[in-house]
Amino acid sequence: MERAILHVDCNKFYASVECLHRPEIRNLPVIVGGDAELRHGIVLTKNEIASKYNIKTGEAIWQAKQKCPGLVVVKPNFQLYVRFSKMARDIYGDYTDQIEPFGLDECWIDVTGSGAFGDGTAIAEEIRKRVKFELGITVSIGVSYNKIFAKLGSDYKKPDAVTQFSRHNFKELVWPLPASDLLYVGHSTMKRLTNCGIYTIGDIANCTPDYMHMLLGKAGYMLHSFANGRDNEPVARADDTAVIKSIGNSSTAPRDLENDNDVKIMMYVLAESVARRMREQGFRCKTVCISVRDNELCCFTRQCKLAKYSANTKEIAEKSLELFRKNYNWLRPVRSVGISCTDFEHENSVFQLDFYDSYEKRMKAESLDKTVDALKSRFGNFCIQRGLMLSDKKLSGFNPYNDNTIHPVGYFKPQ
Amino acid sequence: MKGDLPMSRKVYVDVLIKQDKEGKLTPLAVTWEDGEIYEIDKVTGVCRAASLKAGGAGIRYTCQIQNKETFLFLENDKWFVESKE
Repeated sequence: MERAILHVDCNKFYASVECLHRPEIRNLPVIVGGDAELRHGIVLTKNEIASKYNIKTGEAIWQAKQKCPGLVVVKPNFQLYVRFSKMARDIYGDYTDQIEPFGLDECWIDVTGSGAFGDGTAIAEEIRKRVKFELGITVSIGVSYNKIFAKLGSDYKKPDAVTQFSRHNFKELVWPLPASDLLYVGHSTMKRLTNCGIYTIGDIANCTPDYMHMLLGKAGYMLHSFANGRDNEPVARADDTAVIKSIGNSSTAPRDLENDNDVKIMMYVLAESVARRMREQGFRCKTVCISVRDNELCCFTRQCKLAKYSANTKEIAEKSLELFRKNYNWLRPVRSVGISCTDFEHENSVFQLDFYDSYEKRMKAESLDKTVDALKSRFGNFCIQRGLMLSDKKLSGFNPYNDNTIHPVGYFKPQ
Repeated sequence: MKGDLPMSRKVYVDVLIKQDKEGKLTPLAVTWEDGEIYEIDKVTGVCRAASLKAGGAGIRYTCQIQNKETFLFLENDKWFVESKE
């Protein structure tokens, strides 16, 4: 049976949600961007009107303001976006249980077995109308027999539209599209393709697989199949919770970090969030990894193992600092730092006691951490803080726990 | 969203609710900003909907209040109406 796969893309998601909530800015050019004063000042999304001024996602807010003097800049509210994303998925859930999110604003859904609601296009139309009515934002939907073409379809016509790529029309509609529209054709792949006179998806499809392989290695075969619509990746089920492999946070500091103490403050704030998120999952980690970026944007990562599995804030922070001190020479000030933890075990698993480590002390630290977590979840992140945080409130005044962003996962799942 | 709708204010209100043993909520009366209480004569419809006029989205109760149709929204756990002024 031919599959019916939809790719739903919420148009200009953050900006649309903000404009819905603020009717007064709806007819003005709007961007959602980080706080320039905290040096998070890049454009995350823009609404239709701002797009007309050639404002690009990822550029600095001051650049955007130069292009469009009356620009309204709104700070992001990720909790609100998560709520809208969930409401959208609830709608998709009325038609199928095969819903695979790709970031907050995109989803693949497989409606092959949902014939009772009509065919793929009919369901797509219904979803488009429902999201508009129930959420007040627009979506564009691609309908096809594979995930790759469905995704191309949602980009083909927007906003507020449904596009179908079938086996009959894809050569006519998909093949003239630029090769860079295809998933996994990024900047450097596109450069190589262009050098060989390959500009469109059709050009890729009409090469031999071996030629593509010679050009791009294994990825060449993959892109050749994609371009010909031969993609059998299934749409994951809604209840397939991805196995969490790492938990991390990173942040750009409001000012350059000049010394170990500045870094210590940042590391503790990040460790508090990472360790808390780990404890919520009931995990302990063995490996701690830090990332450091200096003020010329050179960055590196380093990792090391803990002596014992741990979800203790202090242990993780101290390990991160130790890693940092060992690996940074302070030739330049630091712009941003990050911590992530991997190699998890569940907190209920058995563990080895040893003569030189106080079990009692560990248990005390764990229950202290859990008490602090409980307080924070009831009264907010800043209700209880370490003394260290008060030594520079500007540096410690961010909240990675609540502000953490959800990034799209890779297209291919680890099996 | 581009909209040329007449703008209206989002007014959060106190609502008297009946909750039955199945968990279903029925709003019975709304207290306006000035303290005036308006009884809801009838709820004629319930659906999920966005309020483009006031800005928000949630569960929309279509209510008859003094022979006029009014939308009452439950957004997260707060109630709001679209004020005409």
